[in-house]
Amino acid sequence: MIGGLFIYNHKGEVLISRVYRDDIGRNAVDAFRVNVIHARQQVRSPVTNIARTSFFHVKRSNIWLAAVTKQNVNAAMVFEFLYKMCDVMTAYFGKISEENIKNNFVLIYELLDEILDFGYPQNSETGALKTFITQQGIKSQTKEEQSQITSQVTGQIGWRREGIKYRRNELFLDVLESVNLLMSPQGQVLSAHVSGRVVMKSYLSGMPECKFGMNDKIVIDKQGKGTADETSKSGKQSIAIDDCTFHQCVRLSKFDSERSISFIPPDGEYELMRYRTTKDIILPFRVIPLVREVGRTKLEVKVVIKSNFKPSLLAQKIEVRIPTPLNTSGVQVICMKGKAKYKASENAIVWKIKRMAGMKESQISAEIELLPTNDKKKWARPPISMNFEVPFAPSGLKVRYLKVFEPKLNYSDHDVIKWVRYIGRSGIYETRC
Amino acid sequence: MPAVSKGDGMRGLAVFISDIRNCKSKEAEIKRINKELANIRSKFKGDKALDGYSKKKYVCKLLFIFLLGHDIDFGHMEAVNLLSSNRYTEKQIGYLFISVLVNSNSELIRLINNGIKNDLASRNPTFMNLALHCIANVGSREMAEAFTADIPKILVAGDTMDSVKQSAALCLLRLNRTSPDLVPMGEWTSRVVHLLNDQHLGVVTAATSLITTLAQKNPEEFKTSVSLAVSRLSRIVTSASTDLQDYTYYFVPAPWLSVKLLRLLQCYPPPEEGAVRGRLTECLETILNKAQEPPKSKKVQHSNAKNAVLFEAISLIIHHDSEPNLLVRACNQLGQFLQHRETNLRYLALESMCTLASSEFSHEAVKTHIETVINALKTERDVSVRQRAVDLLYAMCDRSNAQQIVAEMLNYLETADYSIREEIYAVDYTWYVDTILNLIRIAGDYVSEEVWYRVIQIVINRDDVQGYSAKTVFEALQAPACHENLVKVGGYILGEFGNLIAGDPRSSPLIQFNLLHSKFHLCSVPTRALLLSTYIKFVNLFPEIKATIQDVLRSDSQLRNADVELQQRAVEYLRLSCIASTDILSTPSTSTDLLGLGLAPVLNSVAPASAGGSLLVDVFSDNSPAVASLAHTAEENFSSPRIGSADVVSDDPAAAVHDADELVNKFVCKNNGVLFENQLMQIGLKSEFRQNLGEYNSRTKQVDPAVDGGAQVQQILNIECVSDFMEAPILNIQFRYGGALQNMSVKLPVTLNKFFQPTEMTSQDFFQRWKQLSIEQQHSLTVSCKSFCFIIDSPQQEVQKIFKAKHPMDTEVTKAKIIGFGVALLDMVDPNPSNFTGAGVIHTKNIQVGCLLRLEPNTQAQVRGVFIFQFYSRVLEICVCVCHIYIYIY
Repeated sequence: MIGGLFIYNHKGEVLISRVYRDDIGRNAVDAFRVNVIHARQQVRSPVTNIARTSFFHVKRSNIWLAAVTKQNVNAAMVFEFLYKMCDVMTAYFGKISEENIKNNFVLIYELLDEILDFGYPQNSETGALKTFITQQGIKSQTKEEQSQITSQVTGQIGWRREGIKYRRNELFLDVLESVNLLMSPQGQVLSAHVSGRVVMKSYLSGMPECKFGMNDKIVIDKQGKGTADETSKSGKQSIAIDDCTFHQCVRLSKFDSERSISFIPPDGEYELMRYRTTKDIILPFRVIPLVREVGRTKLEVKVVIKSNFKPSLLAQKIEVRIPTPLNTSGVQVICMKGKAKYKASENAIVWKIKRMAGMKESQISAEIELLPTNDKKKWARPPISMNFEVPFAPSGLKVRYLKVFEPKLNYSDHDVIKWVRYIGRSGIYETRC
Repeated sequence: MPAVSKGDGMRGLAVFISDIRNCKSKEAEIKRINKELANIRSKFKGDKALDGYSKKKYVCKLLFIFLLGHDIDFGHMEAVNLLSSNRYTEKQIGYLFISVLVNSNSELIRLINNGIKNDLASRNPTFMNLALHCIANVGSREMAEAFTADIPKILVAGDTMDSVKQSAALCLLRLNRTSPDLVPMGEWTSRVVHLLNDQHLGVVTAATSLITTLAQKNPEEFKTSVSLAVSRLSRIVTSASTDLQDYTYYFVPAPWLSVKLLRLLQCYPPPEEGAVRGRLTECLETILNKAQEPPKSKKVQHSNAKNAVLFEAISLIIHHDSEPNLLVRACNQLGQFLQHRETNLRYLALESMCTLASSEFSHEAVKTHIETVINALKTERDVSVRQRAVDLLYAMCDRSNAQQIVAEMLNYLETADYSIREEIYAVDYTWYVDTILNLIRIAGDYVSEEVWYRVIQIVINRDDVQGYSAKTVFEALQAPACHENLVKVGGYILGEFGNLIAGDPRSSPLIQFNLLHSKFHLCSVPTRALLLSTYIKFVNLFPEIKATIQDVLRSDSQLRNADVELQQRAVEYLRLSCIASTDILSTPSTSTDLLGLGLAPVLNSVAPASAGGSLLVDVFSDNSPAVASLAHTAEENFSSPRIGSADVVSDDPAAAVHDADELVNKFVCKNNGVLFENQLMQIGLKSEFRQNLGEYNSRTKQVDPAVDGGAQVQQILNIECVSDFMEAPILNIQFRYGGALQNMSVKLPVTLNKFFQPTEMTSQDFFQRWKQLSIEQQHSLTVSCKSFCFIIDSPQQEVQKIFKAKHPMDTEVTKAKIIGFGVALLDMVDPNPSNFTGAGVIHTKNIQVGCLLRLEPNTQAQVRGVFIFQFYSRVLEICVCVCHIYIYIY
């Protein structure tokens, strides 16, 4: 029951305003601008309540998307919708920027009319939308086409239309994970979790039935009942998934009863599932900080990073960020590998390494000169954070199979070309110093 | 490179600021600032010394960053270093930084103070000015401590430049405002006054501000400034505008200085010297004349400046309040402004007129504008102006126009947006009650508690309106939706006087009760509590509906109410109504007198006298007059007697108060005697009063010889007068005689006059105060008008009663009576020897009130003669009480 949807630029000017219900007046537009975008204190909560009106916002680069309601809505639903909205817009015109929004405002209004009806979210599947909302202007459609669209949109499988044909049946599977960590200076893990996504790109003909299998602990254990030796073999390999969500195409009843993931995939790119794990996480890097204060005007910092994965793999885009005190007046850095620089604008030393193999270590040492201040406040010592990308899944997730069945057309599972890729990225990966 | 060649431009600063301005987002701005801060830090840290220009530039940047809202925790040292620079721009930036960012860092403060001292000591006027400005801008206590000694020297030194003097005066003014105790008074004060004669008008303006502030603190020291100010003022006002340097502002000569001088003069009474006075009057007249002249310019600045001077002149005239001619002229001038186009002018005119109305000379003149004011009230758009208009209407209200004004205001109230609190000026009680009830009905939310307290106070004290008001309230309550205040008034009045209208079948007790109870559930807790008390009063007044009320009290919503106060009341009242007879109920219920018996129940000792075998004398005092506070707490002044113990049931104190008024009245002028006597017992009395405390020594003597003749029991009662009162406290006595329970209630002869303390006065003193009080009375009319309602009729501070003497007049007897009354008899004070005068102070716990009394026997009128009794005091109620008592003794 979203009452209205507004899009603002970074200055708070309204780019798009679509009101779905009468209880949202024009002043709601200003209320959000004044109380959130132009607020003196930065508003960090994504939900703001102003005069009994709730504003849910997400930010994409410099653009604010805000959904407004006066009712008690499911906040998760609203955010899900906003994210979906972003996906749809990206699918239509690329990056969400002020320029793009201004250039496509007719399209955006058209989309908003379609995916929200009286504030209730409707089919927001890009594939389906693209069949009848196009950027090529008004295309005169034949009766058959129209009826086809209608039956498809209102039918059981709204996310895939019939009659898709590819010469090469291809399928891409990406396991994208971000690993989050907070570690004490002594190397004790204070909190760690992995949130992952399985993103699929499918170019398959007809209406194929797919089955996806991974090393989910429950499934493995169940199978293990029959063959005890298999359990012992793959016991270590299985992972415990804390929670997961699926794309609407997945048959949930089957998942509930058999824990098997079977679905008819949408055409193109989509996110098959999302999951989170907290146990047995492989931490790709270990950061060992050493900070020593030499008098009031000097600080010595030494940071060692160790890579903790197979030596054959290569981590990429490694960036270590070492915060400096607010009264830093000069920094000298020495590092063995990569490049390190003091970035005054961010109050941090940024150390970048392009590539690093597993089971290696590297270190940086820095001398920070301080300006004596009359401030009694002590430096709070923020944690050292890290960014990286590794070619495996830190959660330990493995794709066991992905089977495709298409009984009507003449291709079998073997004819489909399948690609699987694992990418592990850093989320908030911090070590206290 | 020499700094001079770079000029004052500070390109780096300009670039930085434009960078900040161009930032797209907050994050970008923070990044830019962090970068700049790191740069400045590294520059300040750098080993090579910075030149003055860079230092200035970086300090400026820091200042800018600070003003953007970021914390700055360094750079103070560099700023302090700038102070010692010889270049003006560098010094200026240094001072600017310090004024904005100074903190009480001990070492830095010392350095800063040192820098300022050096600059003050330098003979360079611009540096001195910078230093003075910095002191004034910071204005901290430390600054005051360090420099209050130096600044006056600079101010009065002969060779100081004008601009420096100006700054010094203003700086001293600022220090005086922040830490007045530190600014020394000394020989420089007299020399400061002479700055009013300075050639430079800027100096004079600054000095006037300073002198005005100082003169408010100790007027004596600056008394000489009056004549100087007057002469300066007359030079400005009367001279041609050419010789005023640059101080003519849109054809108005030195308006700011004029206003300040006029303000200064308002610190003092009108000058006594004839010449000065004449000159001042002439000035004021000139100002008033100039207001009549056609404007020299159409610019708004011209009229603003002119009017500023004019209004200040008018407030001076009002302040002096001595020249009827000027007052009337001022009034007329304001009258013109009342119709001016400018809203601000109308507002100011109304405001000034308000004060004018209180002056006796101009009151009549103000009254001529009544139509305009009423019109303003009706048509004005601006609510604040309307409020002023209402204020003025109060101020100009008196006997002659009260009816008209109140009618207008009520009229207005119906249509107005209720933002103006209603205040009323009443003439007769019935009308008054009507008005207030009307008021509560229309604008209940804006009627303060005091207003309805006052209604009840009046109703209680006026027998003639009780029935009427009960009826009115009853009718008002019949409206389906009533304001809570109305319910309160209704509950109170019906509880007290519901019996007066109970005869009418349309307002039978049950109907009254049901009516009140229908409102019960809609009310807030205090009102419900009040209504519960009303119900118990009903139980007393109308025994026939007792059962109904008990049912209500017994219901769960009362007995188990979540609110502790309501619950307690319900429980207690229920028990009270079940256990007690009508007699016991009447005692607490009727003692709910509003006009306050200021007696705290101090007597509670039980003295069983084992005089004779069967006699038990019990001074039972739980039911003696309940605490009755003044009308302010009148909402509920009925302290419920705690009847928890069962023994009360067995020995009910009789309620029949012995109507021994004559007996009691004997005690008005006497302190000892027999209070009560019957065949069973005799109560003797001996009393002493000291200020607000009284002590009774009552002797209860058994007079029946058959039992135990002549046994005496002594009981000491301590009485404290809390506030004024009219009803005497009641002493209940119960004892067993011959197996039968005996009860009696006797009024204790405590009257207000007992708390008189005689005061001796000379004739001159006496009449001076007499007059003062009569003037104050006029004045207080306007004051109390503002706060709320007022009654014209008799109760003012003066009470005058003419009454017939019951006894033949005898000078000696009258004298004795006056002395016995408690006041000091002032012999030979009144020019007419046959008149009696007296003075005294009434001591109560809360206040002490001086009273003056004059008795004028008129032997011609009747055989026994008539007394004209005049009585003055500051508190109205006291007058009424005392007067009441006094008439008793004749």
